[in-house]
Amino acid sequence: MKLALRDISVRFGGFKAVDGISLAIEPGTLVGIIGPNGAGKSTLFSMVTGFLPHGEGVVSLGEADISRDTPFGRARRGMVRTFQVPREFAHLTVRENLMAAAPGQSGENLIDLFFRPGKVRNEEDAIRREVEETIDFLKLRAVADVSAGRLSGGQKKLLELGRVLMTKPKLILLDEPFAGVNPVLIEELSGHIRALNQRGIGFVIIEHDLSALSRLVSVLHVMDQGKLLASGAPAEVLARKDVREAYLGGAA
Amino acid sequence: MEAYLIAILIVTAIYVLLSLGLTLQYGLTGLINFGHVGFFCIGAYAAAILSTAGSMPIAVGLVAGMLLAGLAAIPIGLVALRLRDDYFAIVTLGFSETVRLVITSEGWLTKGVQGIPGIPKLIDGVGTGPALMILALVGFANILAVIAFLRIVKSPFGRMIEAIRDNEDAVKALGKDPARFKIQVLVLGAVLAGLSGGFYAHYIGYVSPDQFLPIVTFYVWMAIIMGGVGRISGALVGTLLLMGFLEGSRFLRDLLPFISAVEMASIRIGAVGLALILFTIYRPQGLMGDYTRRK
Repeated sequence: MKLALRDISVRFGGFKAVDGISLAIEPGTLVGIIGPNGAGKSTLFSMVTGFLPHGEGVVSLGEADISRDTPFGRARRGMVRTFQVPREFAHLTVRENLMAAAPGQSGENLIDLFFRPGKVRNEEDAIRREVEETIDFLKLRAVADVSAGRLSGGQKKLLELGRVLMTKPKLILLDEPFAGVNPVLIEELSGHIRALNQRGIGFVIIEHDLSALSRLVSVLHVMDQGKLLASGAPAEVLARKDVREAYLGGAA
Repeated sequence: MEAYLIAILIVTAIYVLLSLGLTLQYGLTGLINFGHVGFFCIGAYAAAILSTAGSMPIAVGLVAGMLLAGLAAIPIGLVALRLRDDYFAIVTLGFSETVRLVITSEGWLTKGVQGIPGIPKLIDGVGTGPALMILALVGFANILAVIAFLRIVKSPFGRMIEAIRDNEDAVKALGKDPARFKIQVLVLGAVLAGLSGGFYAHYIGYVSPDQFLPIVTFYVWMAIIMGGVGRISGALVGTLLLMGFLEGSRFLRDLLPFISAVEMASIRIGAVGLALILFTIYRPQGLMGDYTRRK
């Protein structure tokens, strides 16, 4: 499913946090977005996923113009996001966090809950099996029954990845998945992302950890002051003088 | 003494329905409903009007009260759930005061400030027997409410409302609409409050607008905070504790005869306030522990 952005701008008063961004994310690709702090990366994510209602421009997913869709409407189309600061359901266990994310549960409907208990039970069993697979895949077995609020930062990132996986997405937008995560877990997360990409799930990743990101993605977009500065293969983009100046403060 | 104890238990059982509703709304979903008494009031007046001027059977009034209270929650939900938590609290507080003012001014229907007397008892007769029957009836309603409550809490619906309480944006990001759940929770709590109001009207036998001041809402808040937010046992124990404080302070007057009745009323509220402060300092999770200490 192709994600296309056309002339995306987000204004906060007189300040343009995102300024006329147009780009296309091809289906099933691994794409990175980098840029200095305040470049507008997270704002762009929030605009694309519907969390900022006042943005301008056209967001389309596949054939559909989703610019006016709600955040949950966009997620239902198969484009889901994570957050820079993990937003776990702190007082639910890891297992419950994952179960809550499963789509189309009739047990979330009060009428079905009271009048079709059998159907609800069967669905719960199926969701539970799926959750166990996800727990194994992400190696969260040891903390499966722990309240999510007690996890480490890295484990929360894993849980968030697991939660979006439960929605059976086609495109996942990760906002700084490696921030505050130890190097071992970064390698593990990268491995998961690669494995999922091979199953056909597309990724757009905002990240500051350039080395981990450039090894992972095939296309890199660079943002600076709300604008798209450069796009291309990671090695080429990172070699550009203007990118180095913007990103590394001209030190190189 | 025995009659008095039964009377306290009946009032407690009526309040438990309110506490359960608020536990669902705040303890599980995180909705700050400061207008609970509004739904209670609608239930009470529906039961009162239908059973007196309407000459309908009591059951009709009770059911109508539940339906009307639930219906009243829908527009509140649609308007207010788009607001942030604290604004939602203010809107609901405004709603309950609006209900009270409408009832005060629409005298042709509600007899205004005079109130409606002569509401038939749930079960006729005087003495312990009928009182116990009333207690059994309200207690049975409590048991049904608790069973339904448990069914909801231990379901995908219950999981989702707790997820909404913990992080609403994350719920949206997973493709689920929090407003749909919050409206249902608001309606469920309102239906329980409506039933509670109906029982209250038939038990006390008289309704007037000054019985439905915001203090009733805050009594229920105190009950769930003392008992433990987000737990069914907390709602039950907290309500008992609240009634203990409210009613127990009556006995204080026998011990301290120099206190006048007016002073006593103030002391009652003061006692509950002091208990609340002590709880928040020394046992913020409430007697039974709140949802944060589940696992």
